[in-house]
Amino acid sequence: MDYFFTEEQQFMRDVARDIAEKKIRPVAAHYDETGEFPWPEVKAMAEADLFRVFIDEKYDGMAGGSPIMNMCIVTEELSKACGGISLAFAATGLGTMPILVSANEEQKQKYLPQIASGTIAAFALTEANAGSDASGIQTRAVEDGDYFIMNGTKQWITNGGEADIYTVFAVTDPDRGARGVSAFIVEKGTPGFTFGKKEDKMGIRASATRELVFQDCKIPKENMLGKRGTGFFTAMKTFDMSRPGVGSQALGIAQGALDLAIAYSRQRRQFGAPISSFQGLRFMLADMAMKVEAARALIYSVARWIDQASPKKATAYSAMSKCFASDVAMEVTTNAVQIFGGYGYMKEYPIEKYMRDAKITQIYEGTNQIQRDEIGRGLVAAAAQSGC
Amino acid sequence: MKIAVCIKQVPQTTEVKIDPETHTLVREGVESQINPFDLYALEEAVRVKERLAEQGEEAAVTVITMGPPQAEAALREAISLGADNAVLLSDRAFAGSDTWATSYALARGLAKIAPDLVFCGMQAIDGDTGQVGPGIAVHIDYAQAAYVACIEEISKKKITVKRLIENGYERVSLQLPAVLTVVKEINEPRTPSLRGKMNAKKAEITVWKASDIDAPEDKIGLLGSPTQVIKIFSPPHREGGEKWTGESHELADKLANLLKEMEVV
Ligand SMILES: Cc1cc2nc3c(=O)[nH]c(=O)nc-3n(C[C@H](O)[C@H](O)[C@H](O)COP(=O)(O)OP(=O)(O)OC[C@H]3O[C@@H](n4cnc5c(N)ncnc54)[C@H](O)[C@@H]3O)c2cc1C
Ligand SMILES: Cc1cc2nc3c(=O)[nH]c(=O)nc-3n(C[C@H](O)[C@H](O)[C@H](O)COP(=O)(O)OP(=O)(O)OC[C@H]3O[C@@H](n4cnc5c(N)ncnc54)[C@H](O)[C@@H]3O)c2cc1C
Repeated sequence: MDYFFTEEQQFMRDVARDIAEKKIRPVAAHYDETGEFPWPEVKAMAEADLFRVFIDEKYDGMAGGSPIMNMCIVTEELSKACGGISLAFAATGLGTMPILVSANEEQKQKYLPQIASGTIAAFALTEANAGSDASGIQTRAVEDGDYFIMNGTKQWITNGGEADIYTVFAVTDPDRGARGVSAFIVEKGTPGFTFGKKEDKMGIRASATRELVFQDCKIPKENMLGKRGTGFFTAMKTFDMSRPGVGSQALGIAQGALDLAIAYSRQRRQFGAPISSFQGLRFMLADMAMKVEAARALIYSVARWIDQASPKKATAYSAMSKCFASDVAMEVTTNAVQIFGGYGYMKEYPIEKYMRDAKITQIYEGTNQIQRDEIGRGLVAAAAQSGC
Repeated sequence: MKIAVCIKQVPQTTEVKIDPETHTLVREGVESQINPFDLYALEEAVRVKERLAEQGEEAAVTVITMGPPQAEAALREAISLGADNAVLLSDRAFAGSDTWATSYALARGLAKIAPDLVFCGMQAIDGDTGQVGPGIAVHIDYAQAAYVACIEEISKKKITVKRLIENGYERVSLQLPAVLTVVKEINEPRTPSLRGKMNAKKAEITVWKASDIDAPEDKIGLLGSPTQVIKIFSPPHREGGEKWTGESHELADKLANLLKEMEVV
């Protein structure tokens, strides 16, 4: 189906597809096994200008006014080959969003061109005791002359240790609740900023998930993002923009698994015929394809809407795109393993990895329970407002 | 520094079909691609450019091909992979060129560009002779090194390379200008970049006819080709040999009998 990409977006898709097929697919199993960070592949993405697609031309980017849609197109293509390696790209997008949302001109001038040329970024909100309830974060930033002194530990930060630029959320005013959180840009190498445990994960094993440790870390005041106390707003606005990206990661994983399942079903023979000739199996493929296409249509619609209309609050639709696509990814990858039968269960075949990789998309950037909660809350609030 | 890369557009498949009547390659209806070895040549040229940039010296990469008007697609693809300019040598008068005439025409075109360094692939996957690179060097009177696996050092005047030879490597220093042909070992080619694709779309491709490069008609095309293809054919698949197993003395007897039967002993 034709989704009427602009010519630039067709180029983005083709450039990303080339990297996915030629550079990523051949090494996906290797990184899945070793859990190393895929630097050569990230460099290839950078050389191909992929980190420019969500950054404005003014800062050496190539967004052409549609950063979110572009990010989705690229993430989807990369994720078809490996949902873990693609995350180095997508999480840089996530780490950049707070800068797009709240940075002042000087901060944009300083950081966006670096990211455009391939310096990777990370987003640090979650802590051991603050997951779904992000308002419970305990990392503190205390004003001290020209600096803020940060203390605390962030947990499970994607691109942790590998990224050079971190957007970090910390409490500046503990008595003000959610309005007491501020966002900061913290550069790797800042004294007092170190990295803790690197996680050993079920899936997306090529992605680095690591602790960030702040011990009397001195952050220059000019690195505060937005006004003091607007950190929570920045985080929520970021999620509105980034969740279609998680959706597109899920979509790519699902499409990649479906493609492999179709190919396998034509080649595997039982009862004297290819298994693709059995109606029961074709019905499975049809359901998988319908859901994948529905996810794609939803993600593209939401992404384009955010780019073109800059809605004040995109939360419900953004949540739908993430939640729907990630549920589809889990179902489709599980059925793809089913179509491979016993072979699908073996690591020698590429398909079980898709099922392991899919799972995370239902968990991070807000679990799917939290997404449903946001969507439902919005429905009820809207009904109450219109007085029905 | 000026760098040039010779690229050839070749059919997608390695199973090229041959017209039984004309004995030439059937090119119609076959998707084309840049000769795979030439992608390594192009990548190395772009890397040399990047390396020189780090040393504070500017360089530009020009790709050149001799071929029909459709070869423009190969040139645009080369731009998406990092080349700056492109030249197409295209003229009916070039048709039927053998390797001598091909390298002559390319050398004339290159003379007009006057590059310091010329890259070629080690061979083309269709013609397969590996003669064009060295041929160019002779016609244009540049130093040459074939089967280059690594560029160790490069300056304005001199280049040191490692050549792949039968049982190892040979280190050679050449005065520039020079022609190099490269092997796959030399690098890992990149994929197209976004900016490259945009440039490729906008790029103006320079087209030169035989008269533009002062190539007299008796030196190019069929007229200028000392070799003539009499017949091209796909060799019949070789049958697998027979395999005997057993005790060595039995096998020795069996072999001796066979040799006697064949009347060779
Ligand atoms: C691989 C990986 C990478 C990550 N990368 C990042 C990153 O880059 N940056 C970052 O800041 N964070 C990151 N995270 C953290 C991630 O966003 C959190 O794990 C996620 O938000 C869930 O928090 P939690 O794990 O603490 O689960 P909990 O909040 O403890 O939830 C446990 C369960 O309770 C359910 N639950 C909780 N509250 C409710 C409710 N109100 N209603 C119904 N159900 C509820 C949840 O849905 C879940 O099923 C990452 C996590 C992982 C695993
Ligand atoms: C008598 C004769 C008649 C022929 N007639 C025809 C004909 O009518 N039509 C036809 O299509 N072919 C014809 N050919 C084939 C043609 O001559 C060769 O394809 C050509 O000379 C290149 O040789 P090759 O393919 O062996 O390249 P190689 O020498 O193996 O190539 C080595 C490198 O040289 C460079 N190179 C080679 N060719 C070109 C080029 N055209 N442009 C830029 N760089 C290049 C590339 O870098 C390549 O990697 C004919 C050949 C002969 C002998």
